[in-house]
Parts: sequence; C-alpha cells; structure tokens
Amino acid sequence: MSMLGPGERPPAGHSTTAVAAAPSPGEEGAAPPLAPAPSAAEERRRARRSRRYRLDVKWSPYAFVMPFFVFFLAFGLFPLLYTGWASLHRVELTAPTDMEWVGLRNFSRLLEDEFFWNALRNTVTIGLISTVPQLLMALGIAHLLNYRLRGSMFFRVAALTPYATSVAAATLVFVLLFGRDYGMINWTLGLAGFDNVDWQNGEWTSQLAVSTIVIWRWTGYNALIYLAAMQSIPNDLYESAALDGASRRQQFIHVTVPSLRPTILFTCVVSTIGATQLFGEPLLFNGSAGATGGADHQFQTLGLYLYEQGWVNLHLGRASAIAWAMFLILLVIGAVNWLLARRLSKSA
Amino acid sequence: MRRAVILAVVTALGAGLLAGCAKDSDEPAGSSSKAGGGGGGKGTTTLTVGVFGAFGLKEAGLYDEYMKLNKNIVIKQTSIERNENYYPQLLTHLGSGSGLADIQAVEVNNIAEITATQAGKLVDLGRTDGVQKDAFLPWKLAQATTKDGRTIALGTDIGPQGICYRKDLFAKAGLPTDREAVGRLWAGDWNKYLDAGKQFKAKAPKGTAFVDSASGVMAAITGSNENRFYDKDGKVVYKTNPSVKQAWDIAAAFATEGLTGKLQQFTPAWDQGYANGTFATVSCPAWMLGYIQDKAGAPGKDKWDVAAAPKPSNWGGSFLTVPEAGKNKAEAAKLAAWLTAPEQQAKLFAKRGSFPSAKAAYSLPAVSGAKHTYFGGAPIGQIFSEAAEGVPVQIIGPKDLIIAQNLADIGMLQVDQKGRSSKEGWNAAVKAIDNALDQ
Repeated sequence: MSMLGPGERPPAGHSTTAVAAAPSPGEEGAAPPLAPAPSAAEERRRARRSRRYRLDVKWSPYAFVMPFFVFFLAFGLFPLLYTGWASLHRVELTAPTDMEWVGLRNFSRLLEDEFFWNALRNTVTIGLISTVPQLLMALGIAHLLNYRLRGSMFFRVAALTPYATSVAAATLVFVLLFGRDYGMINWTLGLAGFDNVDWQNGEWTSQLAVSTIVIWRWTGYNALIYLAAMQSIPNDLYESAALDGASRRQQFIHVTVPSLRPTILFTCVVSTIGATQLFGEPLLFNGSAGATGGADHQFQTLGLYLYEQGWVNLHLGRASAIAWAMFLILLVIGAVNWLLARRLSKSA
Repeated sequence: MRRAVILAVVTALGAGLLAGCAKDSDEPAGSSSKAGGGGGGKGTTTLTVGVFGAFGLKEAGLYDEYMKLNKNIVIKQTSIERNENYYPQLLTHLGSGSGLADIQAVEVNNIAEITATQAGKLVDLGRTDGVQKDAFLPWKLAQATTKDGRTIALGTDIGPQGICYRKDLFAKAGLPTDREAVGRLWAGDWNKYLDAGKQFKAKAPKGTAFVDSASGVMAAITGSNENRFYDKDGKVVYKTNPSVKQAWDIAAAFATEGLTGKLQQFTPAWDQGYANGTFATVSCPAWMLGYIQDKAGAPGKDKWDVAAAPKPSNWGGSFLTVPEAGKNKAEAAKLAAWLTAPEQQAKLFAKRGSFPSAKAAYSLPAVSGAKHTYFGGAPIGQIFSEAAEGVPVQIIGPKDLIIAQNLADIGMLQVDQKGRSSKEGWNAAVKAIDNALDQ
C-alpha cells in the first residue's frame, strides 16, 4: 500500500517541471515574434529545445531526489557495506586499517557466545513487555481521544510530549523514580507495606523498569497514529452500527479495530524495529557502568552488547558481526510480518 | 533559466552539504586561522584542546593566563562529558588523522594502550623545549614513554588516595574522630580497615554503613599494589596474581560482613548516599574531594574529614598528548609543556583539587600549605603528598580499564548488591573479561 504512494508521484512531478519549464521557450521565443516561415536554423533550434525539454522532464526529477540518495549512499549504504566487510575481519578500533581476514568466524562465534544469547533473550522479553502493553494502551487512548472532547488539542499535544522528551532526560528521572533507597516508587510501595524492591538488580524488575520507560515514551506517539487512522474511518459505519444497536464498546471492537488493521500492522513493525534496537534506555538506566546492562547483564540488550563490543572493548569486527546479526534478525521479523499481513488481508 | 537555477541550487546544496561534512572534521586539525585582516594585522594562532569531563584546566583559569602571556595564541577547548565516549572517538580520529584537537587529553587507564598502539601518531614531547622531565614523578613519566624512549604524553594530575570519613558517624560508633588517630586505626594494613568496619558496625547508627561500596575498597587496594593485572612482560595475569586475589577477598569480606552501603559509584544512588550521609567512609583520591563537597553539600560541611589510607595508593589521573596530525604542533607542544609545568599543576590543585604529577610542585606553598575548609581544614597538601610519594610504581597494561571495570561492575557488584558468593562473583567477572579481551 504505502509503496504505491510515492510511486504515484512522478506524473505530478512531470506537470510541475513542465510548468516551471513552460515560460522559458516563451521568453526566448519573444525575440523573433512573427517569423514568416521556419528557417532551417529555427528548425534546429526547435528540435534542440524540444530535446532539452524531454531531457529535462526525464532527468530533472532525478536531480531533485539526488541529494537524499547521495546522503544515503554516503551515510547509509556505505557504512552498512563497510560494517559487513569489517564483520569478516579481525579488526580493532586501535588500528582500524589493520584488518585480518577471518571469514565467518565472528558470526560463528556468536552461536556459542552466551552474552549474545543473553542479550538477544533480554531484547525479546523487554520488547514484548514494552510493545504489547504500549500498543494496547495506545489503542485505548486513541479511542478516548476520538470522542468529542473539550480541549482535545491539549490532550493530543500532551500525549505527544513524552515522545518529544529526550531519552536521556526521561531515563534520568526514571532512574531516580526506580531508585532502591530513595526512589519514589519504592516509597509508595513502602506506604502500602512492601519492602524496598531493588529494581536495577533483579532480572524481571530491571526489565520491567526499562520497558516502563519505553512504554511511557512511545504510547502517546502510537496513540496519535491510531487516532489519525480512526478519524479517516467513515462515520456511516458507526451510524449504521449504532442503528443496529451496537454499543460503544461493540463499535470499537467490530468497526474501529478491523478498520485499523493496516495501521496496527504498521505500528507493530515500527515498534518491533524500535524494540530490537533498544539502546538509550537500558544504557542510561545503568548509571555509570556503561554498556554492561547491570551486574548480571540482566538488562543488556543487543544494542548495548554491540556498543560494548565496539566502543568499550574496541573490537570493531565482532561488533560489526553483531550489527549484521541484528539486521538479519530484523529481516526475518519483517518477512514474518509480511506473511502475516498477507494472510490477514486475504482473510479480511 | 529558472530550471538551471534550481538545478544549480540543488547541486550546490548537495555538494555544499557534503563538503561541509569534510570541512567539519578537518576544522579542528587545521585550526591555524590567520585572523590578520582585523585591526592590528597581527597573526593569531588558535590552539584547540580536547578533554573529557570537567578537566579543570579551563576552570582553573590556566588558558586565560597563557593567552595573556602569549598574545598571539587563542585557546579553545572542546569537552566530552564521559571518557568512555571520549576515548573511542579519540582513537577513531587518530586512526583517520582528522578531527583532532591540537592537544588531546588521555586518561591514565588508557595511557598504556595509547603508548603501545598510537605512539607513531603522537609528537615526542620528551624533546620539546621547556619540558622538565625531572619535575615529574618518575613512574608518571614512565607510563607515557615508549620502549624506544619517546615520551608521547605529559602528566597532568594523579590520584593519590586517602580515606574520607564522617566524624559524626565515627563518634556515634565510638571510633576516634581525630584524623591522626583515624589514620593510625588502620595504618599499614587493609585488613585493619576491615576490622575498623566491624567495630563501626557493632555500634553504628541505624541505616548507616561503614563504606559506600565493595568495589571502591577493591579499587583502592589494587591501586596500592605494584602488580595488578599485567606482569612485566605484558601478559595478563590478574587471574593468578596474589595481590589482586587479596584485594578481591578483602573487598568481598566487606560485602559479606554487611559493611557496605551496596552502592555503585558515580550513580544517582551513590550521590543520594552522600546527601543523606548513609555511609561513613570512602576511599577518596584527591580529585574526589570536590565531588564529595558537591554531593554532600552544606549539611556535610565539617562532618567530613580526610585521613591517610592504610597504604598509599593511586586512582586516576590524566595526560596531555599532541597529535602529529595537528597543524600547530610546535605551538601545541609548548602549551602542553606549560600546562603541565609544576607551577601550573600547583595552581590546578589549588583551584580544582587535581593533585600534581610533578613532584617539583609538592614543595610549592600552593600545595604544601593547602588546607580544605570543607573537610575540617584538613591539610590535604601534606596528606596527599605523602600518599603520592609512597605510591608504588605500577605496571600498567593496555586493557587495565576493561579488567578493572568488569571486576568492579560485574564481579564485585554481584557480590555486593546481589548477595552472590565471592566465588560466583569472581567467575562471572573472569568470564566477562575473557570475552572482552578476546578479539
């Protein structure tokens, strides 16, 4: 669906360039206003002009989109390929030009690298316990925002503010909230008679805390995406549902959710990618220790492990292999998602 | 016409932006800007200094002073907050020979790796005029000198340690409060420090611990040993080194005896511990005094004091290097020599508490007579000078930082915070270090 969007653009592009180009023949043509008969020279000029026009129509759009692709080549594709090349070598950050070919060794060692598997496991669990509640809550919030509300603009902006907050600032606050000795959450739990929870050191508690930060940041963002999609659902559907005696809740389940299916799929994909690359929150949640993800690596995600290998241990080759492994994992997830989406759209 | 203009603009934009990137990374290196067009027509040289954290050179007013002495020099500093971000960037810049400042700072934990792997990209400061090699502590100079005798970095500060302690908590626990008496309590032996902890715990005020963290104890003890993680031949020996084992065991005993606040240093919880006065002692290098003052704030004034550590020990310190790729190498080397000269180091100590690595500075009144008002007027110049002169010449290796970090933040932290056994913690640390050192 979304791939068709940009594909439909070229005709529009043609017309704008045509408009832009149209005056120029006019300007030049003003010199000989009324030529009695087209001379040979004039013929040639016309031919040249029309050739230029054709070239313009054909190539100008490429020139206009060029800057993006130049940047993409320089900062997107080249690093990607270079990383792939580096992943096949033993190379250290202390001497990045000094590469020793090791073939797939960096990848094969990942298979028996318990830190890698631990990070992968953590990434999956943190991803699940952050993405699932986050999307469900976003759906609920979007539904509420979709009602006629006084000051609806305020609520929409408010929903987006966590997203606009920097990860660093947000995480620092959450670190304080989740503090063991003086954290507000433990203080509240203490009022209810619970002992202090050592959020950072427990396996589940730390992962829960990290996903809380993720949920807090992204729920509003997803809610607004859902809201935008909800507002494009034709009102007649609701009216006829109401005529059939469907309650608000039934309308939500039988009208809203099915109509949102493509949007939900989209947010699932985006959230999954985000969850796989989770980095800032767990990094900062660890205070000073850097990329270890806790004393027991209990909340070290793939992103953190990649960072630790590359920028702390300075093993560029190994870090590149982890980066490519992450990329391949994402490709697999993407493929599964695509199959799922096809299955869903067929059944619908 | 218009089409051509648009095309030109697009191309210019693209090219300009791309060129902009190239220019960006060149600029710090090629910083010799001849600002001659102005009033006087005199040429000025801009020197850039790249540091991490609040390095103190600027804050102590040393740049301003140098610029006053040398009217043709303008000094600009760029700082990256954390060394763990600064250091990899420095390595990549050295690797590509671009993006470097004229002077780059290096932390002591990285100096062995820099000396071993990057010496060819750095200026030999041992040959620079005005560098007083004899002024430095010999071991500090040795750390930045390659096997073939090139001195590629000059020491700024070092981190001789004392033990900072809370007088009020000591008094409540029935321990002496006078800094001389406190120092005698554990003089010469880290085990006595452990005993003092047990004594403290017996009568400690509720909710307080003897020491902030087991990792801090371990860092202090390893800092007092000649041998740490590497042997003379550059082999990694921490696994079998008895002095590392001893440091580990004593620190683990602090944890298992319940003498620690179960904190991790330089985390918000640690800061809160200072603010709330929940631990009575911390091994403090000279540079940490300012940190304690910051975090403990006004309520902690005159409650904190500093005594000598059981054994002289060093934690931290930095160096200045001049990359070969810089365009103002000669001027930069001159500046580095000046900044690390004993007089300037004494000023840095007086203003910022960074303890001089130049032995010659210790006799200067700014050091020898220094007292810290926040710490009950403690004669810190004298205490830390004595510690500095007693610090053993340590063998440092390229991966010291990684080994120390994993021992502390993986192994000892598991023992301290998660209640794992000493053996389990050790095994976890070894596993993590093996993985980190394996290329």
